[in-house]
Amino acid sequence: MVSQRKIGEVVLKVDGISLSFGGVKAISGVSFDVREHEIRAIIGPNGAGKSSMLNVINGVYHPQEGTVTFRGKVRRDMNTYDAAAHGIARTFQNIALFRGMSVLDNIMTGRNLKMKATFLEQAIWIGRARREEYESRRKVEEVIDFLEIQHIRRTPVGRLPYGLQKRVELARALVAEPSMLLLDEPMAGMNVEEKRDMCRFVLDVNEEYGTTIVLIEHDMGVVMDISDRVVVLDYGKKIGDGPPEEIRSNQAVIDAYLGVAH
Amino acid sequence: MLAGKELVPSGIIPSKKGRARTARLEDPLDTFPRLLLQHAKARPAAPATREKDLGIWQTWSWAQVAAEVRALACGLAAQGFHRGMHLAIIGDNRPRLYWSMAAAQALGGIAVPMYQDAPAAEFVYVLNDAEIAYAIVEDQEQVDKVLEATPQVPSLKHVYFDDPRGLRDYEGVASLERLLEIGREYDRVHPGFFEAEVAKGSADDVSIMLYTSGTTGKPKGVCQTHHAFIVSARGGCGFDKLGPEESILSYLPMAWVGDHLFSYAQWLVAGFTINCPESADTVMTDMREIGPTYFFAPPRIFENLLTQVMIRMEDASALKRWLFRRFTALARRVGPEILDRKPAPLADRLAYAVGNFLVFAPLRNVLGMSRIRVAYTAGAAIGPDLFRFYRSIGVNLKQLYGSTETCAYVCLQPDGAVKFDTVGQAAPGVEIRIADSGEVLVRGPMLLKEYYKRADATAESIDREGFFHTGDAGVFVDGGQLKIIDRAKDVGKLASGAMFAPNYIENKLKFFAHIKEAVAFGNGRDGVCAFINIDMGSVGNWAERRGIPYSGYTDLAAKPEVYQLIKECVEQVNAELALEGSLSDSQIRRFLILHKELDPDDDELTRTRKVRRGFIAEKYAVLIDALYSSKTSQYIETQVKFEDGRTGMVAANLAIAETKTLPAAAARRAA
Repeated sequence: MVSQRKIGEVVLKVDGISLSFGGVKAISGVSFDVREHEIRAIIGPNGAGKSSMLNVINGVYHPQEGTVTFRGKVRRDMNTYDAAAHGIARTFQNIALFRGMSVLDNIMTGRNLKMKATFLEQAIWIGRARREEYESRRKVEEVIDFLEIQHIRRTPVGRLPYGLQKRVELARALVAEPSMLLLDEPMAGMNVEEKRDMCRFVLDVNEEYGTTIVLIEHDMGVVMDISDRVVVLDYGKKIGDGPPEEIRSNQAVIDAYLGVAH
Repeated sequence: MLAGKELVPSGIIPSKKGRARTARLEDPLDTFPRLLLQHAKARPAAPATREKDLGIWQTWSWAQVAAEVRALACGLAAQGFHRGMHLAIIGDNRPRLYWSMAAAQALGGIAVPMYQDAPAAEFVYVLNDAEIAYAIVEDQEQVDKVLEATPQVPSLKHVYFDDPRGLRDYEGVASLERLLEIGREYDRVHPGFFEAEVAKGSADDVSIMLYTSGTTGKPKGVCQTHHAFIVSARGGCGFDKLGPEESILSYLPMAWVGDHLFSYAQWLVAGFTINCPESADTVMTDMREIGPTYFFAPPRIFENLLTQVMIRMEDASALKRWLFRRFTALARRVGPEILDRKPAPLADRLAYAVGNFLVFAPLRNVLGMSRIRVAYTAGAAIGPDLFRFYRSIGVNLKQLYGSTETCAYVCLQPDGAVKFDTVGQAAPGVEIRIADSGEVLVRGPMLLKEYYKRADATAESIDREGFFHTGDAGVFVDGGQLKIIDRAKDVGKLASGAMFAPNYIENKLKFFAHIKEAVAFGNGRDGVCAFINIDMGSVGNWAERRGIPYSGYTDLAAKPEVYQLIKECVEQVNAELALEGSLSDSQIRRFLILHKELDPDDDELTRTRKVRRGFIAEKYAVLIDALYSSKTSQYIETQVKFEDGRTGMVAANLAIAETKTLPAAAARRAA
């Protein structure tokens, strides 16, 4: 299938980011950009600083050096509320769902930012609160349909297999109607079929909603198949950046993954 | 007691003079489009179709459905579809796919529903055989498969899809929305076109072509007329007093004759409501929400439901388990009689009422069967325990008999005379005769017009007197109830000359929850041996409870404990067979548990999950040889197809188990 989606301007740019925890340098001087509507992969061996990079982008970590430019606004550091309010949503490497709550309720929490009704309005269930709830539920149902999880709508998340939990987490991120989605290892721990489904969903989200996607993934097959451009990190440094076919033949990347004789 | 030739009565069971047969003269409601328009006129606001979408049940009234069908038909006409053409319909049970059938028929076209889970390669044959130029399919998955098949199907020119998701950038296909738009425009420019087309239709036009599942050879297109299906539907509705207030769940493949009879023909004849589930995975939830009054399912669905109930009961509290055991035992004893309004002791009736309040009614509710008046099962033999269980908790489960060639309408069980081992009496308007060979022959208005482009096959299966040869061996028992023994061609002889009816044996095996499939061998041999497929859900649960670890099907199937479990089942079957006179030689001597599940994708089962005996015998010849040797194990490698179309190898060293057989006479003494 030939995609007709248009990759647009740069929407996110990280410039000279350095982040350390005490004496440990997690990221040093990394710069790259993400364009509108593209699927951008971040890869690298364990401990390369990939998750830290995502955390910098959505403001969980505050880098000691460098800037994050999102939609034209240059910041020293993002904060999490701003990131969410400006349309960045994410999923986590180790699933962060409310295990005792149903799939539906978990996904509804993703609508939190879209609900403006006050506590009092919600408590007595009038006017705005009711309208917003209806609207949110409609959106949630659309996403449930989109990700084909109708059959587990009422199931507590804790009872679901891992692959489905990952899908629920993606659903929760999607109902926030993000313009940019950060996915931290969306396919880790999945079997071949689950991975295939997830790839399809990631591509569909990108196509149908035009969402820009930044993903961290270990499965090279997946990365090479679905991403438009790839950044490679190793020991906190950027060692490669470009389209998949270029990364595939990049000697530094091959060395980082396969190791080199010293 | 089984069909020795001498026991088979020959002759015609007199059929009731059905109203359905005579109703056709001057009857204007003799095609499906006319029936649809009649409902839209008589009861425009009554619900015709429901579908759960985005978590909410959406309803279309008869007037709305008629309007949609009209627009679809006009759209198809505008795109060049005309009288006599075939329209392929592929997908899950979606309202617009059902309406597409009516739209094609309104134009004098023929709907060809196809099995939606078949891979692209299987599409090619049917699409070519039916010379399909137009196809209406559900979603991206089906579009992908159809497009994959297109290079080999030169006739296919127009493909429309129902669900646009992921299809935005596809070329050469269009959405149903677009077709409806074109249709509405065409309708405006050509007023009266639709009515004129419907008026041109005749009851003897072929309305639908259903492909047989094909246990042998390539599938054949069975051409059925409006008349055949309308007569069958009227007969069935009259028999069970089905009216416009019924509500049914449409969830079985649209390409299957049963679904076409229940969800289409009877829908349009009786004017009731069909409900399309949200997705294939939500059927059980949707069933609870809808509470159908009329329900149809193959035995394996009833079995799965019961297995789930049993598994959940094992996790219930001690009090609940006790109540369940206590009252289901009572129900087994008196439930069916109470359901049939036969006399039962007052004390039992009172106890049953308490049981109904505490156990049966809540259980029916959980199963979504609270409102069921009539439930049917067909397509395979149903286990006596299973059958009795549902009847005992107050679900009026009955059996019917029929095939694609007979509009699934040959025998029905009447209320109050329901047995687990028969398929009922001749349905209104149907004549049944048992041939000297034991084969069931049927005649009536429900018979196929022909096999498409297969005059040879048509001539072979319908004799000069107009009787259709069903290929099933059967006998009449208990005053006119038909009992089906086996496929006539499968019935063979052991080397000793004793009758060998493989299906009969396999069904006995499959009645055990632990056994999912079985294949028995013995024709021309000196004894019977069998392949077994264990039921992953049931045996998996059994293993977990005993702390037996396993990694997957192949591993679980090879466990000695599992072999022991299955051996007990097989020996129980042997004990039953020993009591059955001529079949006592058919006791199973040796068996093995296959290392993979038999699968339609590997051509081992048909799409309707019937065993393809010849193919299996060939593919696993080495295993059969081992069964009939003195070996205790056999190594085998098998290629398997995964759902995504890739293939892989499964290898295993299969153990072969010996089972005890009983001498026929000794068993009789013991009994």
